[in-house]
Amino acid sequence: MSEEITLMKGNEAIAHAAIRYGTDGYFGYPITPQSEILETLMEEAPWKTTGMVVLQAESEVAAINMVYGGAACGKASMTSSSSPGMSLKQEGISYLAGAELPCLLVNVMRGGPGLGTIQPSQSDYFQTVKGGGHGDYKLITLAPNSVQEMADFVALGFELAFKYRNPAIILSDGVIGQMMEKVTLPKYRTRRTEQEIREQCPWATLGKPASRKPNIVTSLELDAERMEKNNLRFQAKYAEIEKNEVRFEEMNCEDADYLLVAFGSTARICLKTIELAREEGIKVGLLRPITLWPFPSQALNSYADKVKGMLTVEMNAGQMVEDVRLAVNGKVKVEHYGRLGGIVPTPDKVLEVLKEKVIQK
Amino acid sequence: MSTESMISPENLVYAKPELMNDNYMHYCPGCSHGVVHKLIAEVIKDMGIQEITIGIAPVGCAVFAYNYIDIDWQEAAHGRAPALATATKRLLPDKMVFTYQGDGDLAAIGTAETIHAANRGENIAIIFINNGIYGMTGGQMAPTTLPMMKTATSPEGRNTETMGNPLKILDLVSLLDGVCLATRQSVHTAAAVKRTKRMIRKAFENAMAGKGTSIVEVVSTCSSGWKMNPAQSNDWMVENMFPMYPMGDIKNI
Repeated sequence: MSEEITLMKGNEAIAHAAIRYGTDGYFGYPITPQSEILETLMEEAPWKTTGMVVLQAESEVAAINMVYGGAACGKASMTSSSSPGMSLKQEGISYLAGAELPCLLVNVMRGGPGLGTIQPSQSDYFQTVKGGGHGDYKLITLAPNSVQEMADFVALGFELAFKYRNPAIILSDGVIGQMMEKVTLPKYRTRRTEQEIREQCPWATLGKPASRKPNIVTSLELDAERMEKNNLRFQAKYAEIEKNEVRFEEMNCEDADYLLVAFGSTARICLKTIELAREEGIKVGLLRPITLWPFPSQALNSYADKVKGMLTVEMNAGQMVEDVRLAVNGKVKVEHYGRLGGIVPTPDKVLEVLKEKVIQK
Repeated sequence: MSTESMISPENLVYAKPELMNDNYMHYCPGCSHGVVHKLIAEVIKDMGIQEITIGIAPVGCAVFAYNYIDIDWQEAAHGRAPALATATKRLLPDKMVFTYQGDGDLAAIGTAETIHAANRGENIAIIFINNGIYGMTGGQMAPTTLPMMKTATSPEGRNTETMGNPLKILDLVSLLDGVCLATRQSVHTAAAVKRTKRMIRKAFENAMAGKGTSIVEVVSTCSSGWKMNPAQSNDWMVENMFPMYPMGDIKNI
C-alpha cells in the first residue's frame, strides 16, 4: 500500500495516530486549543474498529485517574489537555510516576497563568520538565515541531513509556495543535491481547491466576527506608533515560558563530531567522531539543566552545534558558527572547534580538 | 472428648476465608473494616471469581485493603477510585471490578468521581464504609459526621450552620439512572453481617451482569475515632448513626 499522505491539524494527527498505534484507551475533557483530539476520536469511533475505548470524563482530574486505572492494567492509555487542564492533572501524573505506570500525556499549551488565553504558549516548560506534581519524578518529554511529529510521537511516546515504565508526554502548543500540514500517518498496529500484556507487563492488574501472587499497583510505602529505596530506583531509571534517550536536531550548526536554541513551534520560526541571518552573512545555527527531558545538555555544552553566543527563543518568560545555561555552565553567553500571553515571535524580531543581546555585546 | 479429637474437618463450623491472607491487620479493635473485608473475600470465593477480580483501594484507613485479600489491586489517589474502576472495567469488560472507599474518600474529595461513575452506570460495585469520621488522619470531621458530633476539627461538635449537614450521598446517587442498587447495611450483629454479605454478593452479580452501578453503604464503627470501646461503639452507632442513616435498600432493581 502506498503511503497515506493527508492534510490535517496537529490535534487531528494525534487522534489518528493514537487509533493506528493500537491505543487501548483515551480519556479526555474538552479544552481549547486541543478539543479536536477528543472530537476526532469520537467521530472516528475506533471502538467499532480497533476496540479502542474513548471516554469523555467529568473533569481532567477524573481523566488522568482513568489513565491510571487503564495503565495499571498494562493497557496503552492516554489523555490530552491544555495548560489549565494539565494543572488539574498534576496529582494523577505524580501518582502515575510514583506507581511506575506507562502512559501517554499530551499538552497543547496555551498562555497562562490562570485561565490566561487560548492562544499558543510554551509556558508549561517548567511544569513539565521540573515535575509539576509533588515528589521527585520526571516525565519523558517530547516536543514536536510539526504535524508529522505530532503523529510520530504517539508511538514513540508509548514505546518509551512502556520501555521505562514511566509516563511520557508530548509537549506541544496551540500553533502545532491547530495548524494544518501534510502528514504521513503511521500504519495500523494491532492492539495487544490480554495474553501479550500478561507477558510484557507481568506487573499489570489483569486478575490474579493461581500461579502468581497478587499484583498491587501503588505509590504508597510508609516505611521511610523502603520509600527511599523506591526513590533511588526511580532515580537510577531516570539516569538510564538520560543516558539513552536524548533526542535533538541540529540545523546549520557546523559553521555557526551563534546558536539559537528553541523547541516546538518557535524552532520552526527560528529556521526562517537562520535564513535571514545568513543572507546578511551572520552564521547562525539552531539546536532544537526534541526531548526536553532528558535535555540535550551534552550537545549544548559541546557548542559552548565553538560559538560566540546563544539565544533561546521561547513563548514564555525564560524557562528552557535556565537549562541551557546549566548545560554550558558559564562557558558562553546565553540570552533569552520570549513573547508572552499567546504572542508568537516573528523571525525578523528574533534576528534583531540576536544582534542586540548576543552579537553586539 | 479431647481437644485433638474435636479439631477435625467434620466439626468445622467456621474458618478464615480462603482469600484472606495472613498479614497482620492494621485496623483497630472494634473497627468494621475487618468484617467487611472478610465478607468481600467470601463473596469472591463463593462466586469463583478470584482470577478475574480487580479491587481498587482508597485513601483512608482502607488504603491497605490490598494487603489482606488475595486478588489484584490498584491503589487510587484520594477519592479517585471510581475513575480508576471506570477505565479498568471498560478496558476489561469481562472482569469484576469493585472499589472500597470510606466516607471522606467517596463523599468529600471524590464526590464528583462517585456521582459521575454512577451516572454513567459503570458496571462496578462500590463498597462504601461510612463511620462519620476521618479515621486514618486521626478523627477529623467527615461529610457524614453527625450534627453536634465532636471530632478533632469540630471540637465543640459539628455546627450545621457553619459546617453543613451530614451528606447522605447514598440517597443522592440512588436518584441516578445508572444506579441499580443503593443499599445501606451494617455489620454490628450476626444477622446484619449476613444481610451485608447478601448485598455485597448482589452488587458483584449486578456488575458482572452489566446492570449498572451498585453501591453498598456499610454504616460502620470507628472506636478509636469515636473514643469508645467496641461495645459502646456498636450501641452508639445504633442510637445515633442509624436514625440519620436508616438501614435498608433505597434502590434495588
